[in-house]
Amino acid sequence: MSDATTTGPVLAADGTPLKKSLSKALRRQKIRALMLIAPLLLFVTVTFILPIGDMLFRSVENEIVSNILPRTVVELDSWDSTSGDLPDEAVYAALAADLLIAVENRTHIKVGIRLNYELSGMTSLFKKTGRVVDDFDPDLTFAEQFIDIRDDWGEVETWQTIQMYSSVYTNGYFVSAIDMRKGPDGLERLPDGQRVYITSMIRTLVMTLAITLLCLIIGYPVAWLLANLPMAKANLLMILVLLPFWTSLLVRTSAWKVLLQKQGVINDVLVWIGIISDDSRLAMINNQAGTIITMTHILLPFMILPLYSVMKGIPPTYLRAAKSLGATNWTAFWRVYFPQSVPGIGAGAILVFILSVGYYITPELVGGPSGKFLSNWIAEFVLARPNWGLAAALGAILLGLVMFLYVLYDKIVGIDNVKLG
Amino acid sequence: MKLKNLLIGASVVAVSATTALAQDMTIVSWGGAYSASQQAAYHDPYMAANPGVNIINDESSNEAVAKLRAMAEAGNITWDVVDVVAADAIRLCDEGLAMVIDPATMLAAAPDGTSAADDFGDLMVSECYIPSIVYSTTFGYRTDLVGDTPPTSVCDVFDLVNYPGQRSLEKRPINNMEWALLCDGVAAEDVYDVLETDEGIAQAFAKLDTIKDSVVWWSAGADTPQLLADGEVIMGSTYNGRLFALIEEQGQPVAMLWDAQVYDIDGWIIPAGLSPERQQAALDYIFFATDTQRLADQAKYISYGPARASSAPLVGLHATLGIDMAPHMPTDPANATNTFLYNYAWWADYRDDLDAKFQAWLAQ
Amino acid sequence: MSKLPPYTTTGQRVWHYTFLTICGFIFFFLIFPIMVIVPLSFNAQDFFTFTPEMLAFKAEGYSLKHYEDFFGDADWQRAMWMSIKIAPVATILAVTFGTLAAVGLSQSHVPFRGVIMAILISPMIVPLIISAMGMYFFYSKIGIQGTYWGVVLAHAVLGIPFVIITVTATLVGFDHSLTRASANMGAGPVRTFFKVQMPLILPGVISGGLFAFITSFDEVVVTKFVGSAAQTTLPWRMFTGLREQISPTILAVATLLVVISICLLTTLELLRRRSERLRGMSPG
Repeated sequence: MSDATTTGPVLAADGTPLKKSLSKALRRQKIRALMLIAPLLLFVTVTFILPIGDMLFRSVENEIVSNILPRTVVELDSWDSTSGDLPDEAVYAALAADLLIAVENRTHIKVGIRLNYELSGMTSLFKKTGRVVDDFDPDLTFAEQFIDIRDDWGEVETWQTIQMYSSVYTNGYFVSAIDMRKGPDGLERLPDGQRVYITSMIRTLVMTLAITLLCLIIGYPVAWLLANLPMAKANLLMILVLLPFWTSLLVRTSAWKVLLQKQGVINDVLVWIGIISDDSRLAMINNQAGTIITMTHILLPFMILPLYSVMKGIPPTYLRAAKSLGATNWTAFWRVYFPQSVPGIGAGAILVFILSVGYYITPELVGGPSGKFLSNWIAEFVLARPNWGLAAALGAILLGLVMFLYVLYDKIVGIDNVKLG
Repeated sequence: MKLKNLLIGASVVAVSATTALAQDMTIVSWGGAYSASQQAAYHDPYMAANPGVNIINDESSNEAVAKLRAMAEAGNITWDVVDVVAADAIRLCDEGLAMVIDPATMLAAAPDGTSAADDFGDLMVSECYIPSIVYSTTFGYRTDLVGDTPPTSVCDVFDLVNYPGQRSLEKRPINNMEWALLCDGVAAEDVYDVLETDEGIAQAFAKLDTIKDSVVWWSAGADTPQLLADGEVIMGSTYNGRLFALIEEQGQPVAMLWDAQVYDIDGWIIPAGLSPERQQAALDYIFFATDTQRLADQAKYISYGPARASSAPLVGLHATLGIDMAPHMPTDPANATNTFLYNYAWWADYRDDLDAKFQAWLAQ
Repeated sequence: MSKLPPYTTTGQRVWHYTFLTICGFIFFFLIFPIMVIVPLSFNAQDFFTFTPEMLAFKAEGYSLKHYEDFFGDADWQRAMWMSIKIAPVATILAVTFGTLAAVGLSQSHVPFRGVIMAILISPMIVPLIISAMGMYFFYSKIGIQGTYWGVVLAHAVLGIPFVIITVTATLVGFDHSLTRASANMGAGPVRTFFKVQMPLILPGVISGGLFAFITSFDEVVVTKFVGSAAQTTLPWRMFTGLREQISPTILAVATLLVVISICLLTTLELLRRRSERLRGMSPG
């Protein structure tokens, strides 16, 4: 007995081994923490994470062709699309059988609309065919009768498209999203004048970069001033940064619309001073300039605040020490102060970049055709001109980019260290 | 026995309670002056005649296809009657998202007994569609900014020498491509054949390129009237009703250029998959709102032509301005000397492709 | 900074004042667009620019007509009330769930803390258009698209990251021996939370709540997708107004919103000072 107590584990007050008791307490603590987090985690999962997942799934989902034309898809599987020959009679017969049911359910044109994203003319091909599909003559071959309805049924390209998009999952939307096309010999780039999305992605990135740089150039001196002024003065000036931060995005965008338009305040002032004449008023809105000016203003506080909090932690004595050791103002700043402010630059720049790259409202209102961001395309493909697969693919690409930056931000700054206000 | 009586009594009360309660009907339209004209000509008289119905307006017509798709996917249709342009109606009907209408039983005959189908004639472009108005997309110009010889032809839009200055065009290929080809010497009946080829598309873009630097692109119907009023453009395309309001209601120095106006139709569909009661209510509304008198009434508030032949003679004076509305209708013979028919079926096939090409061209 | 030492050279002086001037311009750039709409909203004309009467400070150049338009127009009023009905409910949801979770996250041993944190912060990082699109599809599927509760839930989830960030920030300096002391004295976890923890983290909770409120009150993109016409909020109405036709009524609304943000900012500033005093730091 006494042996056991001296060589055995240390016991807690209730007689259980201390180690076990401690780990039990730890487990209980973990469970309690998780219990506190669980409701929110569940909430965010249902209202946010699942919707995002659902959206991502739509970018590859392609059940429609195989659901509505099941027999055709099976028959077409064995057809060699590169042979240059048309599929054999069995495929045509299968299509006739599928269409008969599809017309009954009014689903045949849905397939046409889906395939029309890939090959123009498919909508009306399925529509026209659907109208006469119950008049087939059993004495003639189906192939003949289909080609009789419209020549397109005798084109290899029509069948290639159906075969290519018959799988349940497709990378087709992603292929379209990067301005490419699935040809019989693999991927091919669209001709020069038709590359819309890559152009838009590049433009979004370039404009976002310009906005980030402008914010940095404008925000750095202000942050420096705020960090080096006495507390009372700094707090007063800080209000000038925080007020825009707290003001509605729509208010700020309307303000810029008022300022920048041709009959607006800035043009009026310039005409009044005499810098420009009345009939050569500057076009500063509904173009890229409008978007860049407005978004720089909107996002500037997101640059100043992280810069400020980093600069606040740099002791001013370093700068003085450098100067007393003989450094010029510039050297002291560039060699001593600036390197220490780099974490603030990183934090501010990534934050501004992340927020800016997904902007929708401001480019929509002040951007015009040349100031259109990728987000504006996505919105258009969801509501105005529904092509949800393409919208989801463009969204997935944008999301991928933002997630990459988010991880980068987490590595550099840490999500926990995001400071607000 | 007592309990049974009680139950019957309770259910009677319950039934009468539900019928007494106003029944909500969501009607989707375009908003602005157009919805206002529908409110005055259709909704208000209908609610006056049916005190049990409460009409809720939703201004989502430009997103109708997307939203009805999402509703159908979810199996929860929240709209009762939807106002859409012909192209969207055809698409919704094709996708099975709109219910098929039988004009003989579901629509009112003309006062002289002509069947609804004959009264609407060719305008019933889809079996799910009940047209209500004919409108057109055409140009308006500033009378004080175009010099001494006002434009008479749509091709003057492409003439920067005689009509220098900015013009506004819609930020989409529809209509612009057709006008460009018409003014590049293509015959009206060949326009869509030419547009089907890559060379034809290039030809249209080349024509548009000649004025590209002088074009302000619009996306909302109110843009061109605003731009004309501000003098930011000297001419621009928009819907004829918007120009009517600008000229007659706001008294701006603007005139209509009816040449090569493109007709389009606007009207109603009823979503497929409504419960029988809601479907019946929607049909009841449609029967009322598309009869001869109601369609003529709408023209009192906005200058769009009624879709029924029998309504045309009933078009009278503007409700507040008191001017005769007939000469302002796009279908008036004086305005309709040169009109262009918009090919729905063709655009249904080529819209995806041409939209992408158009946007790429715009961005260049 | 403000007083230059006597040994500064002329060049340094010039640079110093140039620098101050540049900063002055930047502050002007920050604040001018917001301030310019205030006088314009009292314009007696339907213009977006200063009329000669306004510049001459004549009384007839100014009027309250755009405010009358705002308060007299049924659409604007409905939009305002819809915003007032949505934002507080979304805020309460975000603050309740968010504070509980932040308390959980601040415990010393939380498994998968990094992953959980990343998930909870993501609504702030994911571009709004993507959130909006995902919610539009998914909420349609589960039948809450176009409903009041759909919009409220969407707004709540967008506000949650702000609550998490501000509350965890106040909990960083939290002395856990206080809760142990409270437990020692026989208080249950609930009582401890409300009597000990809550008063100390309250400033964080309130400022998180203000962020959540303004996020909801200012939101357009997600509202446009998740809501239907019946849920038209004030910013949505402004967005439509700006795109369709910029009517000066928008400037009156904008001015009112600026006043609201000034109130929020003041509240926050007072809270920050209180929090610093409580933690024994010198008031700023």
